[in-house]
Amino acid sequence: MTTPPDKIAALELICPAGNPAALEAAVAAGADVVYAGFADATNARNFPGLNFTRDEMAAGIDHAHRHGCGVYIAVNTYPEAGNAGPWRRAVEDAATLGADAIILADIGLLQYAAETRPDLRRHLSVQASASNRAAIEFYQRAFGVKRVVLPRVLTLAEIAELNQSLPVETEVFAFGGMCVMAEGRCTLSAYATGQSPNCNGVCSPASHVRYERRGGDTVSRLGDFTLNIFSEGEAAGYPTLCKGRFVAGDSASYLFDEPSSLNVLEMLPELAAAGVRALKIEGRQRGRAYVSRVVSAFRQAVDGSAQSGALDDMTEGARNTAGAYQKSWH
Amino acid sequence: MSAALSLGPVLYNWPAEELRDFYFRIADEAPLGRVYLGEVVCSKRTPFFARYLSEVAARLKSAGKEVVYSTLALIMSEAEMDAVRTLAQSPDILIEANDIGSAALLADRAHVIGPFVNVYNEGTLDYLARSGASLVSLPWELPAPAIAALAKSAAIPLEVQIFGRIPLAISARCYHARQCGLHKDGCQYVCAEDPDGLTVETLDGEDFLAVNGTQTLTHTIGALMPELEELRGMGIENFRLWPQAIDMVAVAQIFRDVLEGRTETQEAWQNLAGIADFAPFSNGFYHGEEGVSLKR
Repeated sequence: MTTPPDKIAALELICPAGNPAALEAAVAAGADVVYAGFADATNARNFPGLNFTRDEMAAGIDHAHRHGCGVYIAVNTYPEAGNAGPWRRAVEDAATLGADAIILADIGLLQYAAETRPDLRRHLSVQASASNRAAIEFYQRAFGVKRVVLPRVLTLAEIAELNQSLPVETEVFAFGGMCVMAEGRCTLSAYATGQSPNCNGVCSPASHVRYERRGGDTVSRLGDFTLNIFSEGEAAGYPTLCKGRFVAGDSASYLFDEPSSLNVLEMLPELAAAGVRALKIEGRQRGRAYVSRVVSAFRQAVDGSAQSGALDDMTEGARNTAGAYQKSWH
Repeated sequence: MSAALSLGPVLYNWPAEELRDFYFRIADEAPLGRVYLGEVVCSKRTPFFARYLSEVAARLKSAGKEVVYSTLALIMSEAEMDAVRTLAQSPDILIEANDIGSAALLADRAHVIGPFVNVYNEGTLDYLARSGASLVSLPWELPAPAIAALAKSAAIPLEVQIFGRIPLAISARCYHARQCGLHKDGCQYVCAEDPDGLTVETLDGEDFLAVNGTQTLTHTIGALMPELEELRGMGIENFRLWPQAIDMVAVAQIFRDVLEGRTETQEAWQNLAGIADFAPFSNGFYHGEEGVSLKR
């Protein structure tokens, strides 16, 4: 069975904007929607120098809308107990600034948004880890969520089965860094650094990364732990905790996952056939050149003029993976 | 109000007969108020213990212990969710939801929200309490000020984990199988070889994490003991011990004695270290630092 081209062309391209320049690059390269966050701990890419002030967000939304592109605002960390203010303000400002949707993970914040800003479309972040029909239906029923970003633990077959009976749209990750653990349910980074995706919007933060020379080797460290040792000439990757090389049962290996990037460029017919509504490109920490290249390639692929292997040199360690979408990954 | 000690579900793949005998001894000898039973990590392990479950539950109940049925942390199929639905057909049992989908299924009855559900703030806690939760076991990542804020606003009792390797992550991928070059579907249940999890070292030979099938835990043993007084001052009266492959009756007795003021904390800490000697202790999450750290 082949998937009709119009079904593939209907896939919405959701593209990362870590700053105004990346936003403009994504819009120019053919994004249907860009997603962005405010410059604080309310979003899951809370990196130094990244994200948007309120004024920048207003200008970014104006620019995107003038070019027929939507803007989603991620408020997808978990509000701190006793300090809900910044998260609630982020929801209110997203509504006031005219965002097309907000992307939320926390139940308390979803309820706040549904009650105080009912007209602002709500999407469920991947950080909520809604991996089954009962969970997804709960978020739809309780908070009127219109779309769910699926966790990267499901196979393509499982996604297709879910979509047959779901009352909401689904969005899946298409390209970029890939969590190997269920998203929003991982505290590995907090164990080594005290900083976590759920509470601080960061994983394996650069502030806790060190590279050391040892003889001819390069040692990458996160907090007090060695995450990898690269020999002379080997490219030293960033020490994201779950992409490290460890020893278990007497052998050293990439125990959790090889440093590689998710890339579904060649799988668009299958994803469209599985009933997926939107494709998310990861990478708000990336610069405009990267965003431009990746968004362009996906725009062409969705429009039916893909070039095979168009992004093979853009993936981490030049390695592609279809991740959990293929059963062999598990 | 007196503090209640509970025993969390066994997270590891222990042989069914050993697990049965473990619970028989817990029933007969351990000073615990509540015992959580059931598989939380991997649905493939569930069938083995099923034949002993009702016998174990009856023994625990007749010893005066409340039994709570724990459910999977990561549910990815209808078959896995059906297991929760089947459990929920028994109206008079208490079930712990560890996935928000399970919590939704249990919303019309009293239930426990397990520590694998993200409860980080008052808004979420309030929502879950109004949806029928009778107890919330808090996530391990929460520092003391967050626990205090939640305790202050809580309309229902809260539970805090005070002993055992801390679960850090859950995945669709099985690391035990992967480490042996196997696929999850043909895993040969290699996770059963490591009753406290498989130690993960750095390339420099330093102990770091522990792998338990699809779950990743700390290598260190989370332990809050000098902190109990502060926790009780916040209004926390429910404390969870995670089972490890050591003398858990003795571990429970040590904590019971501290809670009732029969043993000084320093002496109890040393006694605990003598029994839980397979890894060092940590308490960093509670103190708002790296989880691995130990603040004295």
